[in-house]
Amino acid sequence: MHEIVKASKIGPDVFHFEVIAPKIARKRKAGQFVVLRINETGERIPLTIAGADPGQGTITLVFQVVGKTTAALSALKEGDSIQDIAGPLGKPTHIDNFGTTICVGGGIGIAPLYPIAQALKNAGNRVLTVLGARTKDLFIMEEQMRRVSHEVRICTDDGSYGTKGLVTNVLDEWIKELDNKVDFVMAIGPPIMMKFVAKTTLPYGIKTLVSLNSIMVDGTGMCGCCRVSVGGETKFVCVDGPEFDAHKVDFELLMQRLQAYKEQENQAMEIWRSNHEIPA
Amino acid sequence: MSEKERPSKAERMKMPRQPMPEQDPGERARNFKEVPYGYSPETAMLEASRCLECKKPTCMEGCPVGIDIPSFVNLVAEGDFRGAVRKIKETNMLPAICGRVCPQETQCEAKCLLGKKSDPLAIGRLERFCADWERASGQVELPDIKPATGKKVAVVGAGPAGLTVAIDCARAGHHVEIFEALHKPGGVLSYGIPEFRLPKAIVGAEVKNAENMGVQIHYNYVIGKTDTLDELLEDFDAVFLGTGAGLPLFLHIPGENFIGVFSANEYLTRSNLMKAYDFPNYDTPIPRGGCVAVVGGGNVAMDSARTALRLGAEKVMLVYRRSRNEMPARAEEVHHAEEEGVDFHLLTNPKRVIGNEKGWVTGLECIKMELGEPDASGRRRPIPIQGSEFEMAVNTVVIAIGNSPNPLVPQTTPDLKVSKWGNILADEATGRTSKRGVFAGGDIVTGAATVILAMGAGRNAAASINEYLETGEW
Ligand SMILES: Cc1cc2nc3c(=O)[nH]c(=O)nc-3n(C[C@H](O)[C@H](O)[C@H](O)COP(=O)(O)OP(=O)(O)OC[C@H]3O[C@@H](n4cnc5c(N)ncnc54)[C@H](O)[C@@H]3O)c2cc1C
Ligand code: SF4
Ligand code: FES
Repeated sequence: MHEIVKASKIGPDVFHFEVIAPKIARKRKAGQFVVLRINETGERIPLTIAGADPGQGTITLVFQVVGKTTAALSALKEGDSIQDIAGPLGKPTHIDNFGTTICVGGGIGIAPLYPIAQALKNAGNRVLTVLGARTKDLFIMEEQMRRVSHEVRICTDDGSYGTKGLVTNVLDEWIKELDNKVDFVMAIGPPIMMKFVAKTTLPYGIKTLVSLNSIMVDGTGMCGCCRVSVGGETKFVCVDGPEFDAHKVDFELLMQRLQAYKEQENQAMEIWRSNHEIPA
Repeated sequence: MSEKERPSKAERMKMPRQPMPEQDPGERARNFKEVPYGYSPETAMLEASRCLECKKPTCMEGCPVGIDIPSFVNLVAEGDFRGAVRKIKETNMLPAICGRVCPQETQCEAKCLLGKKSDPLAIGRLERFCADWERASGQVELPDIKPATGKKVAVVGAGPAGLTVAIDCARAGHHVEIFEALHKPGGVLSYGIPEFRLPKAIVGAEVKNAENMGVQIHYNYVIGKTDTLDELLEDFDAVFLGTGAGLPLFLHIPGENFIGVFSANEYLTRSNLMKAYDFPNYDTPIPRGGCVAVVGGGNVAMDSARTALRLGAEKVMLVYRRSRNEMPARAEEVHHAEEEGVDFHLLTNPKRVIGNEKGWVTGLECIKMELGEPDASGRRRPIPIQGSEFEMAVNTVVIAIGNSPNPLVPQTTPDLKVSKWGNILADEATGRTSKRGVFAGGDIVTGAATVILAMGAGRNAAASINEYLETGEW
């Protein structure tokens, strides 16, 4: 049992939890995730570890309500507990002093990006950050990201905050502005965003990593549910990833496989909504 | 029934093997309840009385852990069920499980003399009866535990190998802690083998017994991630690795990543461990209905096919590249699958998964095979018949062609020697690995095998751990 010691809402349908998990708090490295199960009837879902406080023995989870499990999670309050949390899973991000790095975060992807940007800065990189969202209200963790970045540029689809446009436009301009002297790009966001970031950096030949969010069950390499195709080879996101070379990932397949249970997910969500509410 | 009243040897030879009553195939193919009901005490005694009481019993040779079969069977024939359970438990701590899942027809029962003339004694059914009788009596006897030694043993993996080691080391007075990656114990017994073949309450009861002996279990604890093996060695005097063969193999044919193609591990884990069959009461989804192709011919394939039926599939096709004789599954499982309506496509091999533009499976292209010369495994090698390709319309494909060893521990323990297939190298008799204080056994060492072999390996390793902890000699 893992007690939730802090729960807050940080955006529309986006929640920030601090949860007791001392072992994981001590062990986790940037880029790793946990698999959790809320209760006896729950499903197992992966969530990236957005931060940890080894002293307090807590880990930070940031999630957006996208289905029944995240909805039920959002309805938990401080003092409630999550039944099972396994981790830290997946390979940590390979952190090095690459030189100039651009971190690209879209929507909820900013949460898992945060510990990576932090680690990159600590390793001596010049960290430039591009953050994007559909509209101003959807921005999360901007302040934190500013603290771990040398410079932050912001854009929204509707122009309500920062530049109007997509992260890929901002990224492309910035690379040009730096005369292509960018050593590393890390992108986390919706698959479609990551796909276009990969397309943007490919002509420049900049090493680009993305963190994939496939559907998982065990998270330990036992089921193959999380498989993706990278450079024509099948890989398991939970043990071979979650980060892969963006230029080799088959994003179409990833996006298709994410649709596998849409029907059941909608059904479960409807049932949940009929007698629960997502906290305001 | 006293000894004297037992039928004569000649009469015994003529007595039929007692069938086990079971759910009607039509009905059971749509529910997840256990298929056989088990023997009544009367039937068990009748069956046990068929034993010829051979002077030199050969059945024991067939049992990988060497249960004293004639003695326990004799006690059953006499109606001394408590005595029979005690006898079995001298060598096998998990009889309710083995009686249900051992491939008896190639083990103990294959060596039974009765089998030469008629049907062998139903040793597995009798073993199961004894264990069930004890559980139903509400008085499960725990073995004697030696005084505490102060020594600590860590067991990685709560499958049959790990559970056996935990029980045997706890008996010797050591403090035992199990570290299990999943949220439930049992390994394959929980996530792989379905409820209708091995009720989870039975696995739970066996685990409870271990806990009652003082064994502690940590769930959601992945060795190699939450802690490394070296970190465990800082806290424990010995470590046993029973991490199993959990890595699913795929066919590496085109289209294998379409939605609707599952490894048997995923399909069975969703249904068994996560109880997707009870969706939406349980949150984990699984496809229901439609046409399902299961590829493989072992227990895993039979379990997947029979699970698909129970999930409401209209049609379930088993695709196996060799013939029936080569099927590695337990005879009873093949028989049950067939009775329940699984459609066997033998000497057939998948070539390609066909899908639509949205990425969903719509068919499986297969090719017919014929048997050629025997290969290294002694089984006749299947060869494709050119031009015999055909297509099956399916919405779900389950790949049940085997598993390879779980790499998490070796990956994070550079000085632990593994074979080129990734199996941990361990001495067969003692379970000792290349690393001092570390033992291994079960599927992680042998590759995917059987429950009883995993338990046998656990038993040997535990004896060797107990010896190592006493002498300190490696
Ligand atoms: C569907 C199916 C049906 C089968 N049917 C039969 C049958 O009818 N009869 C029969 O005899 N055999 C059968 N088998 C084979 C049998 O189940 C296995 O041989 C046996 O379970 C092996 O036992 P084990 O203890 O070595 O490993 P497992 O049962 O695989 O247990 C390993 C455990 O270790 C855990 N683990 C793995 N890695 C780590 C880690 N890094 N840290 C912590 N924990 C870890 C796993 O989660 C698991 O719980 C079947 C197998 C399957 C898959
Ligand atoms: S453990 Fe298995 S092989 Fe041994 S007697 Fe029992 S059923 Fe037969
Ligand atoms: S989630 Fe099961 S193998 Fe990755």
